[in-house]
Amino acid sequence: MGFSGFRVLKEGLFGQKGWTPQWRNPDPKDEYDIVIIGGGGHGLSTAFYLAKEHGMTNIAVLEKGYLGGGNVGRNTTIVRANYFLPGNSEFYSHSLNLWEGMEQELNYNTMMSQRGVINLFHSDGQRDAFARRGNAMVNQGDDAVLLDVASVRKHLPYLDFENGRFPIYGGLLHRRGGTARHDAVAWGYARGADQRGVDLIQNCEVTGIDIEAGVVKGVQTMRGAIRAKKVAIVTAGRSGQVAAMAGMRLPIESHVLQAFVTEGLKPVIDHVVSFGMGHFYISQSDKGGLVFGGDLDFYASYAARGNLPMKEHVMEAAMTLMPMIGKARVLRSWGGIMDMTPDGSPIIDKTHIEGLFLDCGWCYGGFKAVPGSGYSFAHLLATGRHHTPAAGFRLDRFRDGVGLMDEEGTGAQHNLH
Amino acid sequence: MRLYDVVTVPFTFDGVTYRGVVGETLAAALIANGVKVVARSFKYHRPRGVMGSGSEEPNALVTIGRGVAAEPNVRATVQEVYGGLEAFSQNAWPSVKTDVMAVNDLVSPFLGAGFYYKTFMWPKAFWEKVYEPIIRRAAGLGGLSGKADPETYEKAFAFCDVLVIGAGPAGLMAALVAGEAGADVILAEEDYALGGRLLAEVEDIDGLPAMEWVASVEARLQAMPNVRVMTRTSVTGAYDQGTFGAFERVDRAGLKACFWRIVARRSVLCAGALERGIAFANNDRPGVMMAGAVRAYVNRWGVATGARVAVFGNTDDVARTARDLEAAGIEVVALIDAAVGERVIGTKGRHGLTSITVDRGRVVEQIEVDCLAVTGGWNPTVHLTCHMNGRPVWDDAIASFVPTPGAVPDMVTAGACHGVFHTMGCLLDGAQIAEAVVKTLGLKAKPVVLPDADATPYVITPVWSVAGKGRKWIDYQNDVHVKDIELAARENFRSVEHMKRYTTQGMAPDQGKSSNVVALAVLADVTGRGIPETGTTTFRPPFVPVPIAAMGAGGAGMGFAPQRFATSHDATVAAGAPMIEAGLWYRPSYFPNEGEKNWRQSCDREVNMVREAVGVVDVSTLGKIDIQGPDAAALLDFVYSNTFSTLKVGRARYGLMLREDGHVLDDGTTARLGENHYVMTTTTAASGLVMRHLEFVLQVLRPDLDARVISVTEQWAQFGVAGPKSRELLNGLLDQGIDELPFMGCADVTVGGVRARLFRISFSGEMAFELAVPARFGADLYGALVDRAAVLGGGPYGMEALNVLRIEKGFITHAEIHGRVTAFDIGMDRMVSLKKDCVGQAMSRRAGLLGGDRAQLVGLKPVGDVKQLSAGAHLFESDAEPVRVNGQGYITSVGFSPTLGSMLALGFLDRGRARHGEVIRMVDHMRGLDAQVEVCDPVFFDPEGGRVRG
Amino acid sequence: MRINCPVCGERDRREFYYVGDAVTLERPERNADLDVWDDYLHLRDNPAGLTRDLWHHEAGCGAWLVVNRNTVTHAVSDVVLAREVAR
Repeated sequence: MGFSGFRVLKEGLFGQKGWTPQWRNPDPKDEYDIVIIGGGGHGLSTAFYLAKEHGMTNIAVLEKGYLGGGNVGRNTTIVRANYFLPGNSEFYSHSLNLWEGMEQELNYNTMMSQRGVINLFHSDGQRDAFARRGNAMVNQGDDAVLLDVASVRKHLPYLDFENGRFPIYGGLLHRRGGTARHDAVAWGYARGADQRGVDLIQNCEVTGIDIEAGVVKGVQTMRGAIRAKKVAIVTAGRSGQVAAMAGMRLPIESHVLQAFVTEGLKPVIDHVVSFGMGHFYISQSDKGGLVFGGDLDFYASYAARGNLPMKEHVMEAAMTLMPMIGKARVLRSWGGIMDMTPDGSPIIDKTHIEGLFLDCGWCYGGFKAVPGSGYSFAHLLATGRHHTPAAGFRLDRFRDGVGLMDEEGTGAQHNLH
Repeated sequence: MRLYDVVTVPFTFDGVTYRGVVGETLAAALIANGVKVVARSFKYHRPRGVMGSGSEEPNALVTIGRGVAAEPNVRATVQEVYGGLEAFSQNAWPSVKTDVMAVNDLVSPFLGAGFYYKTFMWPKAFWEKVYEPIIRRAAGLGGLSGKADPETYEKAFAFCDVLVIGAGPAGLMAALVAGEAGADVILAEEDYALGGRLLAEVEDIDGLPAMEWVASVEARLQAMPNVRVMTRTSVTGAYDQGTFGAFERVDRAGLKACFWRIVARRSVLCAGALERGIAFANNDRPGVMMAGAVRAYVNRWGVATGARVAVFGNTDDVARTARDLEAAGIEVVALIDAAVGERVIGTKGRHGLTSITVDRGRVVEQIEVDCLAVTGGWNPTVHLTCHMNGRPVWDDAIASFVPTPGAVPDMVTAGACHGVFHTMGCLLDGAQIAEAVVKTLGLKAKPVVLPDADATPYVITPVWSVAGKGRKWIDYQNDVHVKDIELAARENFRSVEHMKRYTTQGMAPDQGKSSNVVALAVLADVTGRGIPETGTTTFRPPFVPVPIAAMGAGGAGMGFAPQRFATSHDATVAAGAPMIEAGLWYRPSYFPNEGEKNWRQSCDREVNMVREAVGVVDVSTLGKIDIQGPDAAALLDFVYSNTFSTLKVGRARYGLMLREDGHVLDDGTTARLGENHYVMTTTTAASGLVMRHLEFVLQVLRPDLDARVISVTEQWAQFGVAGPKSRELLNGLLDQGIDELPFMGCADVTVGGVRARLFRISFSGEMAFELAVPARFGADLYGALVDRAAVLGGGPYGMEALNVLRIEKGFITHAEIHGRVTAFDIGMDRMVSLKKDCVGQAMSRRAGLLGGDRAQLVGLKPVGDVKQLSAGAHLFESDAEPVRVNGQGYITSVGFSPTLGSMLALGFLDRGRARHGEVIRMVDHMRGLDAQVEVCDPVFFDPEGGRVRG
Repeated sequence: MRINCPVCGERDRREFYYVGDAVTLERPERNADLDVWDDYLHLRDNPAGLTRDLWHHEAGCGAWLVVNRNTVTHAVSDVVLAREVAR
């Protein structure tokens, strides 16, 4: 059933009785062409693009909880394409292009709002590093502008330009970056996949992966065995556990990343803003809440909740950068489980097991990658060939040291990216 | 209306002056003054009045103060009245009485749950340009001033044996028992007074008014030195290993609030219970209130919530409320007992309740009232027990959720939050649980004589919503009503998490405190499931919203990070040098001379000065690590890629340090002061990192090595003296001649009788020395060096000149060794000795790290019309389009060389070492530069190194 | 979060630096196969439950610690000096 302003008016007149389920609750079939493990943003977009771009619909998405219950529903909703290393650059650029057409493609208002992302810098060295980044973005065909401090002042007059511990030298503005309504992205892809015939099966935890002679045959689930020609693991936050069912160890350590939202406030922060000398970034949601975050708690964790030191650091950083924020009250804090890789970049690849595929290791960059990851992973699943923009996300790059994408430059320590 | 005479002070609400009692809540004062409409709802802008009497209040959010001091979203039910208090309504224009946005309410049939996901998509560009700005302006509650928060907040740590959270009957007993057993106790109470529900109820304890018992317990607690009573303190979060966050509203002595980190060996949660409503048509009119709040206003603050009050509910609280109202002389016009099937099915009165429609089975009647007290029962305040992922469990007996035992390690619950709903039970529970808790601490509780108190059993007939037409509000703050939940279920948002996210129920400032259980029950009903199988959403910290200024206290301005000052700092500032941040340190950018118009002129002069005479620079910020022990040499061989065991005593060597993944970690010189004694220098940026790395190697990888390391960065002040006259300068200053000290030599010397270390090392390519003295002599030595340099035609130089000098020589900094670079890339792969093991050696041999295609360090100089070079620019073949696929490298450092009369750059270029002489293209879109540059060796000046050897 | 340093006693998490799985203690020989090094440096069991990881009491005594800990509950069961384990 199509969504439109007209439909909203019509249903309003008739007591909203005409709406139907946005997706079915099918029982799992005995066999599928492809079983996707994980009904989060990436799994759902993979299913959608398999159906839409490759005409494959004999597909199941198996979700142990509820659709969109993973990191797609607990992030800070930022969308951007401001990476600078080859491999990342083209992938996030492609993903941003998909974001820009998402609402029409899905017939779902995901509230993609290109409010502009401004990364602040606080030294000459940081300026040069951001110039390199901005140049890479423009070379890729994306947008970037290096702002001097006077321009930053025009965009962000509420920053503390006088008293901050680390003076503001300028910022890198990425106008096409912004935010989106995170849950709606999951729901839009779910509805789109379902409409094309994909079975979305909730409360269906995978307990085993069936492999015979190096070839994947299907999965065991809480709702019985399901045969599959191909199995795709898209379970960020639990990638290690699921891969272990296939006897694999991954270059991943799981960490908690916290996020915060304040009570609703009248519009005060228009952009996405990040601090360059501490862990803090922020935007304001359409509902008025200030949504902000910082960095990992830095210890391996599956608890999906964090501790006080990082919370306090983030808020101290907020206070040195934009002390006008002081009277905003934090309403809720939560944590997501991040697949941290040794170079901070993700993995979309085949495995040594025929028919078993991996999409994981998104660190804390997974939300903006939702459309691109699904598109590229669907391409790999359907054709057996890597999709060009995601061709760098190989599993073996760590062993061989070829094509490492270490944007932070911190090396093979999982929690430093 | 006030029930008795009191002394009042003036305060204002929306500019109108009223009178209130100092210390009572603003909500009490507004009710006393007959103010009905205090706020507008979030989505439909419906008029709303005070609903409750605590921090969970859904409606009465106001802004306190004006200008920069304005504090948005303050609960009027928590804010205490003082003379001159200014309060303002929010989210309404032009006024809270006549809010034009109330038009939303008229079109509300079209604005059901999630309607915005289905529209506003056409035309495409309209989202950002039209729809979203309108939505954003309409959304939000209060506003920030946009100016720095001027008030003072602080943070503090506290430690205790037993943290008791909540000072109602259970919490008071628990604190008393634990305190008398000798435990260190913190009793944290959110209210400004102790007593919990006893403050609001008419009850006797041991035959006396309950508050007399509370006062006696408070006195006993205050008399115990091991008990700390903290009022106005909300425990906001439960974290690992007994750590709690707590927010204390201070508002005195210039301090606004304090955020506490409380570490408790044990905790007893006595947080009580929160009353819930019943969903019936138009149950959100100003004047519809929680029954418990009505009693609180009457009993505690002497304020009548209405003149004609009806009571609707499903527990004995209906009778209790009627009893208290009548005792206060307030007319109770109707009791509607939901337990026997009586229902309120509608209300009237836009700006204040005027009547209710009651369905008593055969009779439907309209009753004129100005206040309706509602109770749907009580929900234990389980929130903190959920903060570590515990899920509460359903208890049919009280028709609510109770905490899962052990959900927070070392925390137990007592009293109402434990599902015990009468005073006697709470007293007993608090005492018994505290006894058990102190026992686990090895303490023995003294025998307690329990006072006699009310023990009426709690009987509830669950009633969640009333059938019939109309909007039956559940989440007042986000304007979610029963039909929204029905719609969510219809569209298959049947999971409780989906329902919450689709309808936004529970996502407003009260986080569903008053609405969650009712919403679950309604969802369970429409999906044909029981409540336990429907499940709950999760409560997350903080329990009450905490200002960012409180949790971020100390961070504003310079407080965010420590400042480190070198011993030359004062002299440098006095010389007029602009200081720039270098990590936590401050270093001079340049030293302006009279007549110099910009930094470049100063920088050029300083470079020339070093090349022609002598310059002085403070290099104390570089990390200095003292390494001693029989295996000191072996340690260095293991952490550096090159060999240090062969270094002679009295000599220094440049060292390259790798990470275990084969990339460059840091570089620096290390000198051998004795057979078993080295001093290492690191870059300023990596000093902490390297120190940690050395400890890691010694304790984790090579515990077999007998060596010790210690950071001496703070202990030594160290100055670079560079230039052809550097030896002359030092010969005139040191107590001994240094003509014999060779390049890369080091020696113990004295200066004015003070022991010093001299190193002949250079970061400029000139003959240069670094002289180190104990830090207490640093300022004096710096002054002497600068004075003597001046005599020789030299002087101090700053970071700009230092940077140009090192670029001229092709020396690298962290601009080049930025974490993605290998020894191969910087042309130092031969420094990775294969004769021994070292950190990073194995992985540095990976194919991908040694490949000929990798970008390699090169020098670059302009050869076309554009002479300007810039760091961050990308490199391409001379005629290639500047697009990603053509990218061949990038520039890391640039500077204008007065020595060579040209901009110079260092950068990385694919296969660069084989391309010296090639002309390529540099493009910097950011700065609008497009230049032809020639690739050359990174050492631009004095490639033979004759000058450094003198 | 608090960690019981064997040298200093129980201290706040703020005093400690975390590096990762204590597998780091078992450093391969320098000539070991690339797969062995890959395993050591990159691949992780990454358990949801009991784990053993390395922390540095950086703002305390400077000891590197092997911490036995639960990644789901954050309970810390045992802390020993890395130096003792590494021997």
